[in-house]
Amino acid sequence: MIRWRNEIKQTAKGLAFLSPWLIGFAVFMALPIGLSLYLSFCDYPLLQPPVFVGLRNYHAMLHDSVFWESLRNTGYYALLTLPAGMIIAIAAALLLNSRVRGISIYRAIIFLPSLVPLVASSMVWLWLFNSRLGLINTLLRYMGVAHPPGWLTTTQWAMPSLAIMSFWGLGNTVVIYLAGLQDVPKELYEAAEIDGASPARQLWHVTLPGISPVIFFNLIMAIIGVVQNFTVPYVMTQGGPDRVTYLFTMYLYDNAFSFLHMGYASAMAWVELLIVLILTAIAFWSSRHWVHYQGK
Amino acid sequence: MPEKLPVNMVSKDLLEGNFPAAAGESVDRTTPSGSAGGPPPHIGRRLMTHALLIGVSLIALVPFLWLLDTSFKTESAATQYPPSLIPDPFRWQNYVNLFSERQYHMLLWARNSLTIAVLVVLGTTISSAFVAYGFAKIRFRGRGILFALMLSTMMIPFPVTMVSMFIIFKWLGDHTGVAWLGTFRPLWVPYWFGSAFSIFLLRQFFITIPDELSEAARIDGCSELGIFFRIILPLARPALSVVALFAFLGVWNDFLGPLVYLQHSHQFTLALGLEAFQSQLGGSQWNLLMAASVLVILPVVILFFIAQRTFIEGIATTGIKG
Repeated sequence: MIRWRNEIKQTAKGLAFLSPWLIGFAVFMALPIGLSLYLSFCDYPLLQPPVFVGLRNYHAMLHDSVFWESLRNTGYYALLTLPAGMIIAIAAALLLNSRVRGISIYRAIIFLPSLVPLVASSMVWLWLFNSRLGLINTLLRYMGVAHPPGWLTTTQWAMPSLAIMSFWGLGNTVVIYLAGLQDVPKELYEAAEIDGASPARQLWHVTLPGISPVIFFNLIMAIIGVVQNFTVPYVMTQGGPDRVTYLFTMYLYDNAFSFLHMGYASAMAWVELLIVLILTAIAFWSSRHWVHYQGK
Repeated sequence: MPEKLPVNMVSKDLLEGNFPAAAGESVDRTTPSGSAGGPPPHIGRRLMTHALLIGVSLIALVPFLWLLDTSFKTESAATQYPPSLIPDPFRWQNYVNLFSERQYHMLLWARNSLTIAVLVVLGTTISSAFVAYGFAKIRFRGRGILFALMLSTMMIPFPVTMVSMFIIFKWLGDHTGVAWLGTFRPLWVPYWFGSAFSIFLLRQFFITIPDELSEAARIDGCSELGIFFRIILPLARPALSVVALFAFLGVWNDFLGPLVYLQHSHQFTLALGLEAFQSQLGGSQWNLLMAASVLVILPVVILFFIAQRTFIEGIATTGIKG
């Protein structure tokens, strides 16, 4: 009886401390997600009350070429940034894990760009990519490229430009990999050395399995980041030219706040949620085969 | 949750009691471990490594230098081809103009950004610490499930809730007489209900604080709130500073939130204002645009250099307890 009362007391205390988050979760997470599920079945032009239309929004989505275009563009962006970004970040972390003088200065420098607010880095890169006056094309002309690409202004190069720019901001990912590298037990390298494993084999058989939990963490973060990517293309290209950089979240935003199709936008929000859930579920499922946790 | 996650770097690092990017040599954990252990690498390899590091550092730095360079040029110097390396004449006036000319709302935007940032940082830190204490120090049924639920909310992107949040805030304005849309409220009030990432981070820190401390206080008749305020919070100062720092970085970077909720240009934050400024200039006056960008970046860079000490202090405190 006393134990029972004690437990109620503990639970009350615990919930009291959790109460800000519990309320916040209900109001700012559960309620909007539930509401958008309901609205996704409605026609809701914001100024008039929502009208239930069943699956019409989802049906319209299937036949909406812009929807598919934005989805394809997002997929293309993911393809350009995820694998390359991972390789670049791991390579940079390996480099920053070297034992040389001044390494903490190099680390600070490489980390710094990831602190820059996205709008500000968009401005910087708009200027760098400027086809006539930008630094990149100036340097390319110096190196003998007579007709350097128009970068953000051409359908072919606009998306790769955004990808290149995203690599500049990889510093925080690099730092996470670096911490992971420092966690790989030294004994494993010593053992590999004794067995005569080459540096390449050590990388493949010791380092990469050793940091696989970190790779997994960064992969999930990168997936979530890519799916909701908005600011940079919104500021730099407005989705252009010819809609080639028009991403999923931009179309969601436009449906909601430019066209006031709140119902359709809510349906898109749910699709975005499902995409994130499915992709992370796939990542979690696959992780059994390639993520190795150290026995801690 | 902000689209870019400057915060996620802590997740691992702080828990490891390490912050490689900012930490000085004193906490440089690579020194003993290195990439492959053993004696220091051969001189040729070391030079190679330096060359590579300098190359990568240049790629990281050149955009900053080009930005600063342009921000001190006159408009004609900024648009001449080929570009000059050194601004001549050196034009501080760009910065002065940004602040003095009334059609540019730089000061106003800076004040708006700061107001929101202060409210967000305070709210995130206080409420997250409170919730984290519940997750870390009070045993009760259902705690594990709630914690898992909280962690899973970290995966939900802001755009998913943005449309309904807008509708909810509009509804609140229409029905309660307190306006939300077109005010700062949607941008800071939610942060007073804990942010999942900060709660997680603080919880990880709190569980390292030995229970004996709070037990002793409890025997002395200290209430749970008393333990939280008098014992846990003072000990958690380093972790709290980290949470505050990353809350600041997140809100300073936020663009989509202000874009959705703010309506008039005099309410804009610096991030939103910078974009408005750019479309106002319409591809001209790159020198002014770059100066404005410098102003948006500067607080973050300054904070980074100041905060290195915060991190090291935090590491020292974690280190004491082993």
